[in-house]
Amino acid sequence: MQVNKMEVSTMSENNAIEINAAPNNVPIPYKELNEKIHRGIRDGYKKIILNAVCGQRFIGASLQGEIELIVNGLPGNDLGIFMDGPRITINGNCEDQAGNTMNDGTIIIHGDTGDVIGLSARGGKIYVKKDVGYRVGIHIKEYEQKFPVIIVGGIARDFLGEYMAGGLIIALGLKFLSNGTVVEHEQTICGNELGTGIHRGKIVLRTEEDLTSKLGVGAKIFKITEEELREIDPYLKEFCKIFNIPNDIIEKKPFKVIKPISKRPFQSNYCGNLI
Amino acid sequence: MASLSHNIPSYFRVNIDREYCKKCKRCVSHCSYGALSFNGEKIVSEDIKCVACQRCVAMCPGKAIQIVENESYLPPHGNYDRRIRNIIWSQSGNGGVLLSATGNDRPIRSIFDDLLLDACQVTNPAIDPLRETIETKIFFGRKPNMLNFADNSTDSDEISLKTEFMPNFEIDMPIMVGHMSLGSISYNACMAIYQAAKELNILAGSGEGGLHPDFYEYSSNIITEVASGRFGVDINYLHNAAGIEIKIGQGAKPGHGGHLPGEKVNSLISQTRMIPKGSDALSPYPHHDIYSIEDLAQLISALKEATRYKVPIGVKIAAVHNSAPIAVGIVRGGADFLTLDGFMGGTGAAPRIIRDHAGIPIELAIAAVDERLRQENLRDEVTLVAGGSIRYSADLIKAIALGADVGMVGMPVLIAMGCRVCQQCFRGLCSWGIATQQEYLVKRLDIDVARNRIVNLFHSWNEELKEVLGAMGIDSVESLRSNRDRLRYIGPNPKIAEILGVLHAGQ
Repeated sequence: MQVNKMEVSTMSENNAIEINAAPNNVPIPYKELNEKIHRGIRDGYKKIILNAVCGQRFIGASLQGEIELIVNGLPGNDLGIFMDGPRITINGNCEDQAGNTMNDGTIIIHGDTGDVIGLSARGGKIYVKKDVGYRVGIHIKEYEQKFPVIIVGGIARDFLGEYMAGGLIIALGLKFLSNGTVVEHEQTICGNELGTGIHRGKIVLRTEEDLTSKLGVGAKIFKITEEELREIDPYLKEFCKIFNIPNDIIEKKPFKVIKPISKRPFQSNYCGNLI
Repeated sequence: MASLSHNIPSYFRVNIDREYCKKCKRCVSHCSYGALSFNGEKIVSEDIKCVACQRCVAMCPGKAIQIVENESYLPPHGNYDRRIRNIIWSQSGNGGVLLSATGNDRPIRSIFDDLLLDACQVTNPAIDPLRETIETKIFFGRKPNMLNFADNSTDSDEISLKTEFMPNFEIDMPIMVGHMSLGSISYNACMAIYQAAKELNILAGSGEGGLHPDFYEYSSNIITEVASGRFGVDINYLHNAAGIEIKIGQGAKPGHGGHLPGEKVNSLISQTRMIPKGSDALSPYPHHDIYSIEDLAQLISALKEATRYKVPIGVKIAAVHNSAPIAVGIVRGGADFLTLDGFMGGTGAAPRIIRDHAGIPIELAIAAVDERLRQENLRDEVTLVAGGSIRYSADLIKAIALGADVGMVGMPVLIAMGCRVCQQCFRGLCSWGIATQQEYLVKRLDIDVARNRIVNLFHSWNEELKEVLGAMGIDSVESLRSNRDRLRYIGPNPKIAEILGVLHAGQ
C-alpha cells in the first residue's frame, strides 16, 4: 500500500509526519490508520500528528520507544493499549480504556475521558485535564522501577482505583471554564466504592469532603504526610505546567490519601482444611 | 473460650514398620507437610497432617512406611458422608470459604466412559497405522470458509487468490498442555512442560502469570494468556507466543477470579508476573474492559493490532449453561481459536464450592458448541480446543469425535511428572516439587526426567490415537473431528445421547 500524498504531508525539518485520519471526511478504519502510524515509524519519523481522528480504536497500540503522537480529534477506545514508551497528546476528549495495560509512556488528554482509564497499567503517566468516568485506574500496579501515575484535573466517578496494586492516582476536583479560568468543581470529587479491593498504592484526593461513606472494601483514609506531599510534588508540578494551572489554586484545599488496610485484604476469607 | 476446631479424625494413618525402619530420618526431611518427626527414639507421625502424597513411602530406603486409610473413625451414614461432615466441621471452625485444588473430586460419572468407539468390519477396511500413513497433525488458527479468486486474470493457468489468510501454524498432535502458570506450578515443572511441548511440537499454555524470559526459547509452542489481572503482559510477552488467549473463565472456577497468595510471590514470581514481592496477585472476577461480546471483540482486535496480525488470538471460556451462544459470539467477534474448559477441569486453587458445583461437563459443552457453530456456518473457521478432565487417550479421542480439534490436558501431565493427586496444590508445599515455589522442594523435580516422561506419555497417546483411527479406517485426525457417527452411547441417560448427537449402542 502506497501512502497517498494527498493524505500525508511530511515536515522533515522536525522529523514529523502528518496523517489525515478522515480523508474526504470519511474516517479510515483503525487497522489502516495504525498501519500508517507503523509505516511512519518504520520510515524513521519520531513525531506523528494525526488529524481528524474520529473514533478509531487502538491508536498507538503496543508502540515502543521515543515516539510522539499528537491526536487531533476524538480517539476511540483502547488508545495506547500495551504501549511501552511513547508520548501521546490528545487535543480534546478521549473515550474508554486509554492506557490499557500500558507498560511505559505518557498520555496527556486535554479534555474529559470515558471509563476504565489506565486499566492494569504497570507504568507510565496518564494526565487528564478534566473529568474521568467510572473504574479509572482499576488494577494499576507497580513493579520495581515501574510506577503508574494517573492525575485527573477534575472529578472521577465510582470505583476509582479499584483492585489497585500499586502506583499513584490523584484527583484535583478543578473545573476549567471556557474563558480559561480554573475554579473549584461543584461536584463531589469521586463516586462510591473508592479504592475497593486496594492492596498497594495510593489515591490522593484534593478535597475537604467526608469520604468515609464512599470508601470501598480494604481502603482507609489517611492524612497526607510531608513525605507523601514531597512524593507527589513533581507529578503535580508537571501536570500544572502542562495544563496551565496556577500553583496557588492547588493549595486552597488539603489532600486526603486513600491507602490499603493490608497488602493481603482477603487473607482471612479462605481456609484450606483437608476435606 | 476453648478452641473452635473439632478434633477431626485423620484421613490416613502412617504405618511405620519398626523392624525395617533404620531411623535414617529421610522421611522426616522429605515430608513437607510436617506429618513426620523424630522424637529422639523413633520416627513418629501426626496422622492428621498426612495428605498421603506418598513422598515418604517412595523415599524410605527400608520400604518401612505404608500410608493406609484410617477406617475406624466415624459412624457410617449414607447421606452425611465423611466429606460432608468434614466440610461442616472445617467451616464451623474457620468461618471462611473452603479452598481446593486439582479437579472436581466428587464421584461424578464420566460421560466419556459411557461412549464407545466404532471400528471397521468387512465393508470399510481398517488401516494398519504401523505401515500406512495416518496424520495426527492439526493446523491451528482461523481458516476461511471459502476461497475467493480474482477473475481479472487473462492467463487461464494463473490463479490469483483474493481471500486473505489468517495466521495458522502446524502442530504434530492434537494436544495442548493446559494453562498452568508459574506460581501455580514450579519453574522446573514449567520448564519440563515447555521442553516437552517443543520436542513433540504440541502446544502448552503459559497460564495467566506471565512468561519468564527463560521460557522464551520455547515460545513457538506456547499459548500465552491475557487474563483480567494482566499479569506479566507486556510487549515481550505478546511477541513471544504461538498464540494468545484471552482468559475469560476456567473450568474449575467459572465466574471466579484468581488469587495467588502473597507468600507465594517470591522474586521469581514477582519478576514473571511483574508485581511486587509478597503482594497478593488478584485477578478480578471479570475483565473490566469486557462486559459484552462487543467488548470482547474489542480486546481480540486490540491483541491483533498489538501483534500486527501475526499470531492467532483466542478466547477461553468455562463450560457453562449457555456456552453455545457465547461461543458463537466469540467466533463472530474475531477469535481465531476457542478454548472450552469443562467443570471437571483442574486448578491450583479454587473455592471448593465453585470447583465442585459450577459449570457443565466438557462432553456436553463440546457437542453443544460444535453443533451450534455448525448451524451458524462458523465451525470450520475456528479451532476448537477442549479440556477439563481429559484423563487418557480414550477421552482425547472421544473429545475429538464429539467436535474438538485439540484436547487440552493438565492433570495427566502433572501425574506423569510425579504428582500423586493429594489435592493440596494451593498450600504450596508439594513434596514432589511440582505445585510449590519453595526452592528445596522445586529442586526435587528433575527437569530432564519430567520432560521425558511427558514426551513418552503423549507419544503413547498419539500412537493410541493412530491405532483407533486405523481401526476406524480414517487416515487423518481431522476426519475424526465432529464425526459423532463413530461414537455410541451406553450410559443410563438417553437425554445425554440426544444432546451429544450420538446414537445408543445397537442403533
